[in-house]
Amino acid sequence: MYPAAFDYHAPKNVKEALGLLGKLKDDAKILAGGHSLIPMMKLRLAQPKHLIDLGKVPGLSGIKADGKALVIGAMTTHWEVESSSAVKSKLPVLAEVASVIGDPAVRNKGTIGGSLAHADPAADWPAAMIALGAEMVCEGPKGKRKVGVDQWFLGLMATALKEREILVQVRVPLLPAGSGAAYMKFPHPASRFAVVGACAALTLDKQGVCSKAGVGVTGAGTRAVRAKGVEAALVGKRLDAATIEAAAQKAADGVDVQADLQGSVEYKSHLCRVFAKRAITEAVRRAGA
Amino acid sequence: MKLPVKMTINGQKVSHEVEPRLLLVHYIREVVGLTGTHVGCDTSQCGACTILLGGQAVKACTMFAVQADGATILTIEGLAKNGELHPIQQGFWEKHGLQCGFCTPGMIMTAYQMLERYPKPTEDQIRHQLEGNLCRCTGYHNIVKAIEWAAEHMAGKK
Repeated sequence: MYPAAFDYHAPKNVKEALGLLGKLKDDAKILAGGHSLIPMMKLRLAQPKHLIDLGKVPGLSGIKADGKALVIGAMTTHWEVESSSAVKSKLPVLAEVASVIGDPAVRNKGTIGGSLAHADPAADWPAAMIALGAEMVCEGPKGKRKVGVDQWFLGLMATALKEREILVQVRVPLLPAGSGAAYMKFPHPASRFAVVGACAALTLDKQGVCSKAGVGVTGAGTRAVRAKGVEAALVGKRLDAATIEAAAQKAADGVDVQADLQGSVEYKSHLCRVFAKRAITEAVRRAGA
Repeated sequence: MKLPVKMTINGQKVSHEVEPRLLLVHYIREVVGLTGTHVGCDTSQCGACTILLGGQAVKACTMFAVQADGATILTIEGLAKNGELHPIQQGFWEKHGLQCGFCTPGMIMTAYQMLERYPKPTEDQIRHQLEGNLCRCTGYHNIVKAIEWAAEHMAGKK
């Protein structure tokens, strides 16, 4: 398959990339790892006249801990997250999420920023970013601004990223002591996209009572969402099996579940509840460990 | 608008002018003439086009040749040395890891990276790492055995 013809630009820094974006406007698309955009271009679902490749811009990838958060450059590949010692020691759930994205070759090229800016409804990262309360750092002609994850996903492949901005960084807060987090997904058998994925990040106090809960659900609807009903049913409670079961029953509430070749609305709603329960159960186990 | 690209493929320097929309796999097969790398699904799922780009396994159908400007690439043709098969190729031979052979170059390039990252892989690891490579003949069983054979023989040589 051949995409429609386009002009290719390889800026050397973010400023140059922003300049091109400002000049070319709607005719241009930013190219990160290309593992969402290029397949769409090959199917001619996307036909940008210009591609601005961030692949030659230094400083946009890498992971560092800054006190209370892990700061991940937008061009950091899924494999770099999966294999990072900083991630494994400080926020291992991110390595867990990365390790089940696509397949090893996809993880070598696909990037966390590309995925979050593309906002595929079946992507894995969104569930984790919601559960952990991440912030996206966007750079535009007037400088940088932060957008909280709850304001980020606006709809099907739509985010709060503005026309002339580039997503440059993702900041993921670390979890306090006594926390556990887990991601569980039902992968599509060929593409490995999440038919449904659920991420839970829970904090338990010394008495074993849940003091904070973050639960994100991806795959089932047109965008990933925060499972507010589940969170509310967890906070303030001891998380025994019956409490988890009751909370997980609310996992599809507020999700605009879409029927497709993978399943009916009823089936995918059921998967939301099942995978939320599995993620919460595992997060509780890890919090206690 | 054609753009110049330069890269090193299996130790040979190549340079051409290409259209930006030319996929890396078509560049390797049709411009450079190395047809060992296959095009299977053309949708980043089957892994038949897997090559190593800067030491990392990537699907050459999901990249433009211009993105690989300046890169070092290894394809299936670069594995055998002086007429001697690479241990992974030998493993596929010994354990009957192929039938029609269409997926084999991609399987072998994926295995190459796998054994760099996990020199002593468990069967589960091998199967998880092969998730991006589809085979419609073997049922994967002999491919797993071929990679286990290669891991043992490569460990012996180090």
